[in-house]
Amino acid sequence: MEPFTTLTGLVAPLDQINVDTDQIIPKQFLKTIKRTGLREGLFFDWRKKKDGSPDPDFFLNQPRYHAASILLTRDNFGCGSSREHAPWALLDQGFRCVIAPSFADIFYNNCFQNGILPVVLKADEVLALMKHAVETEGYRLTVDLANQTVTTPEKTAYRFEIDPFRKDCLYRGLDSIGLTLQHEQTISAYETRRKTEAPWLFGDLHA
Amino acid sequence: MAGKTLFDKIWESHVVREEPDGTTLLYIDRQLVHEVTSPQAFEGLKLAGRRPRRPAATLAVPDHNVPTTDRKLPIADHISAKQIQTLEENCRDFGITYFGMDDVRQGVVHVIGPEQGFTLPGTTIVCGDSHTSTHGAFGALAFGIGTSEVEHVLATQCLVQKRPKTMEVRVEGSLSDRCSAKDIILAIIGKIGTAGGTGYVIEYTGSAIRALSMEGRMTLCNMSIEGGARAGLVAPDDKTIAYVKGRPLTPTGELLERAMQAWQSLKTDPDAIYDAVVTLRAEEIAPQVSWGTSPGMVLGVDQKVPDPQTIVDAKTKSATERALNYMGLSPNTPITEIKIDKVFIGSCTNSRIEDLRLAASLAKGRKVATSVHAMVVPGSGLVKQQAEAEGLDRVFRDAGFEWREAGCSMCLAMNADVLQPGERCASTSNRNFEGRQGAGGRTHLVSPAMAVAAAIEGHFVDIRHWS
Repeated sequence: MEPFTTLTGLVAPLDQINVDTDQIIPKQFLKTIKRTGLREGLFFDWRKKKDGSPDPDFFLNQPRYHAASILLTRDNFGCGSSREHAPWALLDQGFRCVIAPSFADIFYNNCFQNGILPVVLKADEVLALMKHAVETEGYRLTVDLANQTVTTPEKTAYRFEIDPFRKDCLYRGLDSIGLTLQHEQTISAYETRRKTEAPWLFGDLHA
Repeated sequence: MAGKTLFDKIWESHVVREEPDGTTLLYIDRQLVHEVTSPQAFEGLKLAGRRPRRPAATLAVPDHNVPTTDRKLPIADHISAKQIQTLEENCRDFGITYFGMDDVRQGVVHVIGPEQGFTLPGTTIVCGDSHTSTHGAFGALAFGIGTSEVEHVLATQCLVQKRPKTMEVRVEGSLSDRCSAKDIILAIIGKIGTAGGTGYVIEYTGSAIRALSMEGRMTLCNMSIEGGARAGLVAPDDKTIAYVKGRPLTPTGELLERAMQAWQSLKTDPDAIYDAVVTLRAEEIAPQVSWGTSPGMVLGVDQKVPDPQTIVDAKTKSATERALNYMGLSPNTPITEIKIDKVFIGSCTNSRIEDLRLAASLAKGRKVATSVHAMVVPGSGLVKQQAEAEGLDRVFRDAGFEWREAGCSMCLAMNADVLQPGERCASTSNRNFEGRQGAGGRTHLVSPAMAVAAAIEGHFVDIRHWS
């Protein structure tokens, strides 16, 4: 996984609450057996008008946002389905950071597995940034994971919270399975104890 | 010191290790796997040269992509066929039990887990599917995960987790005639909102919950995620044990005796404190119908579609306007005047035998309206077999419903069962997001009883007064 340290990038605003993972990437793109190439499915239904032609009003169809690496959006982003295709598609588009007042739990977890930093800022802070991102072409923010700050071009810094463990894994780009496997002996000891406490959980489940 | 909640007890018995910041390595007893969210996980294992730690703790089945038409025919969609074939190959390579499309035990992953006795009280269960919360009906801590975490559990039988908060949702009293678990959970989501449960595990309590059958509790817990909660729980009781006993993977003999003894303690202590409490009265819950594009946009069938002009909060107002526009609805339209084109009875929410029995009892001797196309998709091959043994398939067919093979079907429309743009569907599934059942399709979430009544009348009706 690619480490996340600091990112200075163009901001793309998606001013909508409750953006669900069915919108981020619709079902027809879930038939793949790969993690890559999902960019064409990102916000697929929202990119088009009813007649199938590209909707010039949709933010990602506007050239000014094509190189964006920071997605700025509203409450409860990523709700619904657990599909990890949602962060895969965002990553494929070039997004390394999503800023919102709140995220759905599963999507939030999935971001960390893919080197994407989900940043929770206060609703009024997001609104202020949203205004700038819409009004100012080329609006960029700097996201600093070590210091847990989002800094505007005017040098206003907003602080965000993040679990120390998650922060460390993302900052160093650690393989989380490899980390868990370092505790193999502890896992084995747990299993040995549980086999005595709850032996019915260790029967042969081969149906 | 305050007592422990049911959640605390399950969580604490599965802690393998804890970091100083509270990050926990949690042991996972069971994993369910399906074709859509697993190929990249198996690929990851192969690339890293890793093997599943406990293949016998894993059960795999194709459900999302499978056709619900004749199983003897090859799958017309080659990409879907490839994904299903990949699951079968991965299971063979890694020694994982696989119920293929020609196996009568095949079905929706959250139907077959309980059906097989794979789902047991007090366990931790995960699946790369957000509706894994279904299994909480048994007093199991069950939640959806992403594909990277599917791989993590395959490789380590553990997950890295932060301890969630607890929320009690207490529902006291008796439901009105023909109202069901689906109406309870939709009413709860309407009350707490789609993010109300974010960061929480919900425990459902109260006399109305205790009165639900196991299948009703599965419907209830299934949609916890639609309220933002990754998991929902109901404490096990005699109904739970009666349901679990005698299933193919349920322990037997002395092991079962020991297990049942342990399950006795799986309840919240009287002096335990939840982080949040929400209460509802069952009598006040009318049959629910969603009108918008988020499960929280839901009302009693006796209500009218909301009017954005009366909404003060700017973001709620704009979300309402957008939803009404997508749904093709005018403000203040009575719900009972909404006409429908399609009816879908199925999904991990409402496709079990009790759902089908109830639906058939209402469909019996009646006819689906000529303007409506209606289908019934059983949750598993075994549900289908049972329904056919009881003659329910004939009742449905005689009434004009299509009777299909088991699968996720039009809940997410990954197979050929898709709404056309602008079509309006009364659906017993769990999500009414834009395009969920097909691009441009319009979904109204309802109970099986409400879906049958809508199929017959061509529009929503208040089933409390429907004869």
